[in-house]
Amino acid sequence: MIEILEPSIVTLNVNGVDRKVTVKPSDTLLFTLRNELGLTGAKPGCENGDCGACTVLVDGWPIKSCLMLTVEALGKNILTVEGLKNTTIQKAFVENFSFQCGYCTSGFLMVCHALATVQPDANEAVIEEWLQSNICRCTGYEEIGNAIKSTLNQINTMQG
Amino acid sequence: MSDTKQIGVTTVRKEAWDKVTGAAKYTGDTITTGTFHGKILTSTCAHGLIKSLNIEKAKRSKGVQAIITGEYLPALTGSIIKDHPPIARNKVRYFGEPVALVVANTEQEASMGVNLIEVEYEPLPVVNSISDALKPNATLVHEHLGTYYCPDATVYPKAHTNMADQVKIRKGNIELGWAESEIVVETTINLPGSDHLSIETRVAKAEILPSGIVNIYTSSQGPFAVKEEISKNYQIPEGNVVVHTPLVGGGFGGKAAIQLEPLVYLASFAVGGKMVVLSMTREEDIMTSPSKISTEGIIKLGATKEGIIKALECVYYVDCGAYTDTGPRMAKSIAIDCSGPYNIENILCDSISVYTNHGYSTSFRGFGHTASTFGIERAIEKLAKKLNMDPFDIRMKNAITEGNTSPTQEKITFSNAGNLVACMQKLKEIINWDEGNIRQTEKGTIIAKGISSFWKTSNSPTNASSGVILTLNDDGSLNLNFGAVEIGPGMKTTAAQILAERLKMDISSIHVFMDVNTQLSPKHWKTVASMTTFMIGNAVLGAANDFISQLKEIGGIALECSQDELEVANQKVFISHRPDIFISFKDLVHGYQYTSGMSIYGQIIAKGSYIMSRLTPLDRETGKGKPAVSWTVGAQAVEIEYNPKYYSYRLLRAASVIDAGKVINPKAARGVVMGGMSMGLGIATREEFIYDPKAVLSNTSLRTYKLLRFGENPKYAVEFVETPQIDGPFGARGVAEHGILGIPAAFANAISLAADDEFNDLPVSHETIWKKKTGGKYDTL
Ligand code: FES
Ligand code: FES
Repeated sequence: MIEILEPSIVTLNVNGVDRKVTVKPSDTLLFTLRNELGLTGAKPGCENGDCGACTVLVDGWPIKSCLMLTVEALGKNILTVEGLKNTTIQKAFVENFSFQCGYCTSGFLMVCHALATVQPDANEAVIEEWLQSNICRCTGYEEIGNAIKSTLNQINTMQG
Repeated sequence: MSDTKQIGVTTVRKEAWDKVTGAAKYTGDTITTGTFHGKILTSTCAHGLIKSLNIEKAKRSKGVQAIITGEYLPALTGSIIKDHPPIARNKVRYFGEPVALVVANTEQEASMGVNLIEVEYEPLPVVNSISDALKPNATLVHEHLGTYYCPDATVYPKAHTNMADQVKIRKGNIELGWAESEIVVETTINLPGSDHLSIETRVAKAEILPSGIVNIYTSSQGPFAVKEEISKNYQIPEGNVVVHTPLVGGGFGGKAAIQLEPLVYLASFAVGGKMVVLSMTREEDIMTSPSKISTEGIIKLGATKEGIIKALECVYYVDCGAYTDTGPRMAKSIAIDCSGPYNIENILCDSISVYTNHGYSTSFRGFGHTASTFGIERAIEKLAKKLNMDPFDIRMKNAITEGNTSPTQEKITFSNAGNLVACMQKLKEIINWDEGNIRQTEKGTIIAKGISSFWKTSNSPTNASSGVILTLNDDGSLNLNFGAVEIGPGMKTTAAQILAERLKMDISSIHVFMDVNTQLSPKHWKTVASMTTFMIGNAVLGAANDFISQLKEIGGIALECSQDELEVANQKVFISHRPDIFISFKDLVHGYQYTSGMSIYGQIIAKGSYIMSRLTPLDRETGKGKPAVSWTVGAQAVEIEYNPKYYSYRLLRAASVIDAGKVINPKAARGVVMGGMSMGLGIATREEFIYDPKAVLSNTSLRTYKLLRFGENPKYAVEFVETPQIDGPFGARGVAEHGILGIPAAFANAISLAADDEFNDLPVSHETIWKKKTGGKYDTL
């Protein structure tokens, strides 16, 4: 077990790279990503677990980074939107106009990306369950739904 | 792409890839070390005198650099009535109002400082509703209302009352209207306050440089308004104030208010000009920052037996909360379009703005029109029911059209308003109206449809203007620079499309300056009122024309021909009958160089500007005047499935048909309308501020203030009619906010039909239906 009682330098694996960062025991993962690592793709929208704008993947699963302490993420693989490179879901978001202001987008992308990886055969009900974790105030959600559905379709036809 | 059309073609927004990679930067994303953090102490009392405020302990707290209270450089702010101290002074007027601001090295230290401030209030009776505000001998929210300075000369606050303004419409002869009416209905409506809830909370930063430059970075819809206000309030030469606004994470009108900017300016001033950032938590953004007005209305309609409306008498009360901000302007908006898109010759309307001890309000998507639409549409629905007429037919019969006049007695044309009948006909098809608007399913549920029409005009200052600057790069591509903020709808891309179309060039060679910097970008009043495409579009066309004439002038020399023979397309100037003789933009960037090496002309810099012409203030007694250049009309429908056993419902379908004049970017337009519809459904079904008896706002987080989530949305249909607006860019008229306007009314019409009752108070939740149907009695299911 590691014990962190004061600001310490730790190693965090973000987007496949080990990064050395200074953390206080009370720092949230969201804070460390944004303020220490300059990865501002994850956004604060409520810092209370309600909006999902801060979503990143931790060992492949969507996590609201405002609710996780950085020290809890040690030894885990963190993927942020900056780590997505030309993925199907990003293209689908662009083509389907799945965002307007773009503030919620990183969070939605991470949830969708995880879903496409973890459960590519997800049906409507599963998609709905996953995507209810996040809020978008600009779109009508339909555009986001179209993007995830087209992504899952593509994955399934590729595999099928 | 060359000569292909760029208007009416779906174009991926310019910043799209920045937004799907996390590269897009918003105000809170540029965090520099050495920036101080501000934190606000907010009032826990909605109305009270500040008896004591002790900051001594907080001052000594670790990391604290400064503490500011209302006594520090006091000034009143407000664009309509200067009634608002940035930090409360002597008394507080709403729950959540800033009482002190702590500046510290870190956010945590600032919060610790805030916790150490001791404040004592002497509570005063609260004004917790519109009726509280208007009752005789009401407690006054502003004792000195009569002494406030009003930057807007057309606002009339009434001293020793809670009335901030009253707008009157007197059109035709109301007595005659009643005399001609064979049937009369009256409806009372109520739309509570609610929040904009942009997912990006408000953020602002400021620094004051030794040279005297004040840099303000803010997530604002009105950077130029910020510049003006800061300069005026703190006597800084306007040119010294530079406001920077990158991408904004949603605005919906809420970021058109000026709130955090004076605070960060004061904070920076207090720490010797160092950069100070203030970012609102979600809770602060809801309770401390401005929100949407609440509205009550009484609408009385008179009509003939055939359903021709003869008279409209209505009164609307707008709860602006503790400070007016743009509240009275929304009340005015309600009045000027109070008839809805219907031809009514005799109108009497009063729209009254009042102060209460609720959180203050500012512009909100729809600018009051959601309320006026709700009022008139619910009344018409009642009229149809009483006359036993089809809701569609009664609306068609009264639909406004060319030759009619508006409540402010402006002439309506197809160009300045569009074609409502065409929108309604299209809507009718989309929602299969002819199959009937109510039916029972085998499961025992009821499927019902409700419709609503709407119209909206802008309500801008009579001198609102826009400008555009074009410059060239060495590769012959263009830079397009203007002062409208990219808050989401994609106006930066729309402007590029308009430019590409006029210059007949590929849009990929047009680079839009995404941010706004008030020192570099030409002024754009505010990114509000759905007027950006119209105003910027016209300024873009002006700049394009200027650019073309400069190109022809220099091209005539280069190609040794008359300018009249020249044309511009595909980034070239060429002889129209000999396209093979041309010169490219890239060879004209720095002027033209003769073979001898000598050069002439210099850089090409083109400009365009636009101002809405011939707007006039309204007459104080009759409301006659020209508040805007045009309207946008449309029709909407909502279909629901109601379960009478559980008093519950599901949203099935929602449809909008809007006369856009000309759609420039179809997918983007559709998206903006859908987003508005989604927000309209939120207001119709769940969004509402709940104040306790002490006027304390009780739902300040996303746990208690519920929004529509993924999957709760209905299936959307969005279509457009295109009746050109002659003075719009390529015929386009404003389309942005409109998706929200008729949705609450259409929903209320549907649920009223399904549940066979009248739902005139929003939101209509399952619980409200249950209460209404059962009187709130518990039942065994
Ligand atoms: S910021 Fe983490 S869920 Fe809203
Ligand atoms: S795109 Fe603005 S919140 Fe989703």
